[in-house]
Amino acid sequence: MIRPVPFRGGGFRPKRIRGVGALVFVCLILFAEWGTRAGWISNLTLPRPSDVARTLFDLAASGLLWTHLSLSLARLGIGAFLGAGAGIVVGLMIGLSSVMRSGLIPLVAALFPIPKIALLPLFVIWFGIDETSKYALIAFGTFTPTVVSTYGAVDNVDRSLIRMAQSFGISTKSIIRKIVLPGAMPGILSGLRVSLAIAIILLTAAEMIGAEYGVGAYILEAGSLYDLERLFAGVTILSMLGVALSICLSLIEARVLGWRV
Amino acid sequence: MDLRIDALTHRYGETEVLNDINLDIPDGQIVCIVGPSGCGKSTLLRFIGGLERPTSGQVLQLSEPNPDSLNPFTFVFQDFALLPWRSAANNVRLVLEDHGLEKKEIDKIVSDVLARTKLSDFADALPKNLSGGMKQRVAIARALAVRPAVWLMDEPLSALDAQTRELLMDDLIGLWTRQPFTAVYVTHNLSEAVRLGHKIVVLSRRPGQIRKVIDIEIPIEQRQAGDPELTRIEKQLWHLMKNEAVAADQELLK
Ligand SMILES: Nc1ncnc2c1ncn2[C@@H]1O[C@H](COP(=O)(O)OP(=O)(O)O)[C@@H](O)[C@H]1O
Ligand SMILES: [Mg+2]
Repeated sequence: MIRPVPFRGGGFRPKRIRGVGALVFVCLILFAEWGTRAGWISNLTLPRPSDVARTLFDLAASGLLWTHLSLSLARLGIGAFLGAGAGIVVGLMIGLSSVMRSGLIPLVAALFPIPKIALLPLFVIWFGIDETSKYALIAFGTFTPTVVSTYGAVDNVDRSLIRMAQSFGISTKSIIRKIVLPGAMPGILSGLRVSLAIAIILLTAAEMIGAEYGVGAYILEAGSLYDLERLFAGVTILSMLGVALSICLSLIEARVLGWRV
Repeated sequence: MDLRIDALTHRYGETEVLNDINLDIPDGQIVCIVGPSGCGKSTLLRFIGGLERPTSGQVLQLSEPNPDSLNPFTFVFQDFALLPWRSAANNVRLVLEDHGLEKKEIDKIVSDVLARTKLSDFADALPKNLSGGMKQRVAIARALAVRPAVWLMDEPLSALDAQTRELLMDDLIGLWTRQPFTAVYVTHNLSEAVRLGHKIVVLSRRPGQIRKVIDIEIPIEQRQAGDPELTRIEKQLWHLMKNEAVAADQELLK
């Protein structure tokens, strides 16, 4: 019998399929809407998505959304910038210098597992009750994962490129700037994804420190009143923030890492 | 530039990799080094290029390199070692940027060496869009740009297919005939060695020792594939290497 040989290849090659991600969200939301309307999901289990949407809309209309969001974004931005920036610098130093490596890796390993939220009172004592302690908490939380991913990224830079550069007599400064940094960029950027997600998580914690406004403060207040609609409205804002940051990073990756095969 | 390798011996920990190597590398000649894999060819090249220090013995410069050479000892690697985030032209530029040259001067050198390696049309292409042969030509252009006194080539054609290898060999011969250069050329391909080498050095299996040095009198530009004299030398080389290769293979099994 004549027939084509059976095909056994394909797969294991992630492709981006447009729209599927959005479809998953839409389906889940529709499902929740249906369940809460039909009554087999009680109002105490899950608020109706349309009610959450209305709450969000009212919040935006009252102008309070921008107050909360702008304060939160400033905290997130400043805290994450300081933490990730310092993390990249320290990560590079660990990656490039044996002394730094021996000296700092144990310290980072000791700092990493500390639940930063537990240090909240300490931060208040050190930095006061105002914004500084919030920046510090977010910065501290993003610092350690950024350090670890950055020195991992430096370790993964192709050694043969460095050997090549040395054989051409290229200065150490140039090697760092032109080979180590760009070579470590993929790892640094994917590390930033994790760090920024952690920063959003810590934002809520930071806003537990006597914050009147901010998305985290809004969620905490709703939570303590068991106001599920507002709670979910706040959580939705945080999720959208996460998605927006992830899209930003993807755009940066597409621009900066176009050389990847 | 004339070089002399003087009683060079090297150990990595317990294992002796090279044993008492003595060799003269005359100016303007291509010295091919052949030997079974693991016999220390790449290691020897790193000593010549000053990237590592031997346990004992030394590599001597018998004359000064031409003062206009920017990087007297210049490597061409088997894996090309191009920066994937830089275009062909910028990969060449990389090795010129640290020498305090003016931008105009750099641009002139870059376009000159890209033209000599027939890459002018691919100046802006990233390595991922270049074939293996073109990548190695970029690496050769990069080496040309620093005007080496000695070329240190570590199996530069081994990662390429047979046809590309032939073409690149012709390119290398063309470059050499237009402007003779000094080179140490490591290969495990005997036909490459007899096409390119003025002198062929056969190393024994580890610890690498010089088993034989063969001089080929036929001028490089007159060597044809299938030349009876070259075929004879290639056979002789294979005869010398065969037992070494078999023995080296057996040793790896242990
Ligand atoms: N940095 C190193 N440390 C320890 N052993 C090495 C190192 N580099 C090479 N060797 C060993 O030295 C021997 C010769 O290596 P190499 O010069 O790469 O061989 P070749 O290029 O002839 O195949 C091999 O057995 C290899 O395992
Ligand atoms: Mg080798």
